[in-house]
Amino acid sequence: MASTHILSAYDDELKYLSRRISEMGGLAEQMCADAVRALVNSDSALAQKVISDDVILDHAEREIQDKAIVTIARRQPMAADLREIVGTLRIAADLERVGDLGKNTAKRVIAVQGTGVPRKLARGIEHLSDLALVQLKEVLDVYASRSAEKAEAIRIRDEEIDAMYTSLFRELLTYMMEDPRNITTCTHLLFCAKNIERIGDHATNIAETIYYMTTGAQPEGERPKDDTSNTLGAITE
Amino acid sequence: MNMMSEAAVEKALDQKMNDSSYKMIGKDVSVYYGEKRALFDVNLNVRENTVTALIGPSGCGKSTFLRCLNRMNDTIENCRVTGRITLDADDIYDQNIDVVELRARVGMVFQKPNPFPKSIYENISYGPRIHGLARNKADMDQIVEASLQRAGLWTEVKDRLHESGTGLSGGQQQRLCIARAVAVSPEVILMDEPCSALDPIATAKVEELIHELRANYTIVIVTHSMQQAARVSQRTAMFHLGQLVEENDTDKMFTNPDDQRTQDYIMGRFG
Repeated sequence: MASTHILSAYDDELKYLSRRISEMGGLAEQMCADAVRALVNSDSALAQKVISDDVILDHAEREIQDKAIVTIARRQPMAADLREIVGTLRIAADLERVGDLGKNTAKRVIAVQGTGVPRKLARGIEHLSDLALVQLKEVLDVYASRSAEKAEAIRIRDEEIDAMYTSLFRELLTYMMEDPRNITTCTHLLFCAKNIERIGDHATNIAETIYYMTTGAQPEGERPKDDTSNTLGAITE
Repeated sequence: MNMMSEAAVEKALDQKMNDSSYKMIGKDVSVYYGEKRALFDVNLNVRENTVTALIGPSGCGKSTFLRCLNRMNDTIENCRVTGRITLDADDIYDQNIDVVELRARVGMVFQKPNPFPKSIYENISYGPRIHGLARNKADMDQIVEASLQRAGLWTEVKDRLHESGTGLSGGQQQRLCIARAVAVSPEVILMDEPCSALDPIATAKVEELIHELRANYTIVIVTHSMQQAARVSQRTAMFHLGQLVEENDTDKMFTNPDDQRTQDYIMGRFG
């Protein structure tokens, strides 16, 4: 990426896209962190802010889309440029979804406010969210550096989040079994946990996109998975 | 009649392209204009029933290489070609080869449409006549019609075959030149920037024509338009400073080329 285009306006357009992606990434990250904080602290004002921030994020995605389409039409990009722009579109879509997941978590704050979140579960959710947000933050850094190696490393790490999610899932089931009055709160928390786990998946998608943008090849092999919650509780011991 | 779907035809052609041996083979081809060396040991093979695009910045040697393929360089004074170029198994620079016959087998279409200042009919019939391809008037009529059909021009000119070829629009003139090249039943058609003087509609028609001609001919096209190379060719060769930098499947070339110089050139960057 050291060399520049003969047409400097083309470089400006690509820089604009990449700057907007970084901005979107920053906002999405902030929203998710706020949503989890609002959840564990029962802070409905903060939850409300997350919900209104999603409008900004959606708007940014549409702007990136429009600009990318215009750039494709105008510049007819080739090779790495083409991969860059298509990658931008995909990453913008992933980040927009991350924002939605944050918003959905924020909406549940109001529902669980009455009972509050048991301390132990809150810690579990926080821990899961820490993992997912680190993943998201790092993938955004990798986006800035365009390192295929680091992208690959992030992709492999999604396994940790999956394992953590499965353990949280199990814990929530136990709470519900202990006392049916926990069911409402725990169900909401289950969705929140799922939301956060999904954020990790989107970070992984972004890592794969960056890998493709940089190398022109798809990352090899299945992505490692450790989410076994879909078979959990099938048989009661 | 064996009716194949378009996709099936494409597939059969791609199969043929991969299976077939090379139609033309260029081995260690170097060209000198007097003291100046324009091509450096180029090894480039042309596959049968394939459109091969030659790209690269001005002065990179792509047109020089193209002109080697039917010995058009012979007409340039001081021009010397070394190395070996074969058409099927014949060495085209062999002393015994008849250059006129070679150019009938390897036809050429130029940048600017250059119809003869004669009627449309005579533009087409000239080649077959000097090569003795028609026994009588009916034969010739048939060749003229078939050639114009192949060039997608028949319906536009069938009622004015005896009007001057130079009275046609630029795009029609270029298709007339392609029809003229096709009339002598060549095996290979060389095109040197055939669309650079045409508007986008006429360009699209010529490109569509190139696409169709691929079924019966082997085509080598020099183009300055990367988009055109991407649209019409299956193989692309990139030249730079008289050297062949990279030759690859067109799809690969324009999404993820192997060579940095190709990458910089097609993306419009400084190397």
